Amino acid sequence: MAVKIEAQNLTKVYPSRNGPVIALSDFSLKVEDGEFVCIVGPSGCGKSTFLRILGGLVTPSSGRVELIPRDLRVPLQNIVFQEYAIFPWKTVLDNVAFGLEMRGVSRAKRHKTAREWIKKVGLAKFADAYPHQLSGGMKQRVSIARAFANDPEILLMDEPLGALDAQTRVVLQGELVRLWEASRKTVVYITHSIEESVLLGDRIVLMTAHPGTYKTEYAVPFARPRSFELTGAPEFARLSYAIWQELEVEVRRTMEQQS
Amino acid sequence: MSGLRWRLDPGVRDRLLSIGFPLALIALWELAVRLQWLDERFFPAPSAVAVALWELTAKGDLLGKLWLLPGLIAAGDWSGIRKVFAEGHLWVSLFRIFSGFLVGVVPGIILGVIMGMNRTIRVALDPVVSAIYVLPKIAILPLVMLVFGIGEMSKVVIVAIASFFLVLINTTVGVRDIEPIFLEAGRNYGANHRQMFRHIIIPAALPIIFSGLRLSLGTSLIVIIAAEFVAANYGLGYLIWFSWQTLLTENMFAGLVVIMILGALFTSGLQALERRFMPWQREELPASVDGVDVRGTGAKC
Repeated sequence: MAVKIEAQNLTKVYPSRNGPVIALSDFSLKVEDGEFVCIVGPSGCGKSTFLRILGGLVTPSSGRVELIPRDLRVPLQNIVFQEYAIFPWKTVLDNVAFGLEMRGVSRAKRHKTAREWIKKVGLAKFADAYPHQLSGGMKQRVSIARAFANDPEILLMDEPLGALDAQTRVVLQGELVRLWEASRKTVVYITHSIEESVLLGDRIVLMTAHPGTYKTEYAVPFARPRSFELTGAPEFARLSYAIWQELEVEVRRTMEQQS
Repeated sequence: MSGLRWRLDPGVRDRLLSIGFPLALIALWELAVRLQWLDERFFPAPSAVAVALWELTAKGDLLGKLWLLPGLIAAGDWSGIRKVFAEGHLWVSLFRIFSGFLVGVVPGIILGVIMGMNRTIRVALDPVVSAIYVLPKIAILPLVMLVFGIGEMSKVVIVAIASFFLVLINTTVGVRDIEPIFLEAGRNYGANHRQMFRHIIIPAALPIIFSGLRLSLGTSLIVIIAAEFVAANYGLGYLIWFSWQTLLTENMFAGLVVIMILGALFTSGLQALERRFMPWQREELPASVDGVDVRGTGAKC
């Protein structure tokens, strides 16, 4: 398979009052075309910084990153932000059509595409509602639909379900698996949750505590299509536990750093 | 008997109270003057104020000699038509407020957005803006008159200056306080500069820009009345001042009533604009919570 994302020795240093802070340290990663990679690490390990570098929002202090396009007519990458990043001043329809509008797609065409995605995420009745009328889970669906409607080659997901309650989270994990399996786009998925990464990912990359860098990785062997049922399988629990044992060291280090 | 009060619908009860209590106060005032508890040279009865208001209108002081308009329009006498409005205190004040407001607000919003977005410009201009902002604008009226003369221009300019700084400061704050994640989302979805302004920066800052507009419209009213006290031959401020000098207290109160009505109209006009430009802020019950329709149940407000 072709390489889609190649990051080499990425380091990001932020200046601060107490001297420079290393947000990401010498991090390298290759992602194949069509692969679903989850990045798991303790808080403050720089996983969000890495995603923002991929998303073009942060320039690395050193190192090299390359996203390889296949089709220049579609956007290369888009970020699925957390739910509070949808625009409160736009209706659900205009939020979902946002990327298309920025690319100059005609009103009729972008609304047609947006309506299809709104329907796929189960919000057909709320196309003309404003975000303040929606619950957290519904807003997150809008955020997901906004990225899918723009049809980028790579989806960058920044803890998209992190702010949701546990039950809504399970429902949306299922929807995300279903949407992704239908599209097979390249995904880099940042999460705190080991179970979420095992359920969704083809590969799980663990990061160390601050200053964050690559620690180890796991291949997820489970067949697709997957569903929540998988979380009841003994192999699922075994893999999750193995990952936790590695991660726990880093989480404890993070807690010591903070105290 | 006491049960009746509590059986009233709370909405109806609130409305009765909010209309009834002021009416009762006016009635009390009227009574107090009639019984000579209040000196009517200082506090004319509400009925006398109403009569004064009617006479000011009928004689053409307040709204100009409107009855001349049909003839003037038929004759195509434009300067005559202008003169009718130029002799009505209300129109004169309104013209000064709105032209000054517009002249101040448009550059205030533009510079505010620039200061909000550009750190260099903000750091350079901030001390100057803050210094002028704290100055009561009426204090520079003599300076403005020195530069622009004692005609209409100086009144428009003083209102423009007052609204400019209020809108400028609010717009700057509104733009600076935009959640960075909205800007990131805009950039990540490929918005160019123009699109960032139109789709993200302006709508995100709009609520605070509007509170700046509200403040500056109120301040415009204060500034223009004060300016008309000292340097005008027409306008509501002049009407009040002249009535004081000639001890026509009924006319003075009539002027106050007109200003109160203006203030209320300005406020509701701006609210209507806010609803028009910010439909997403409309107070509504959430349409649903995760697919369960709660409309009308009042749940989860």
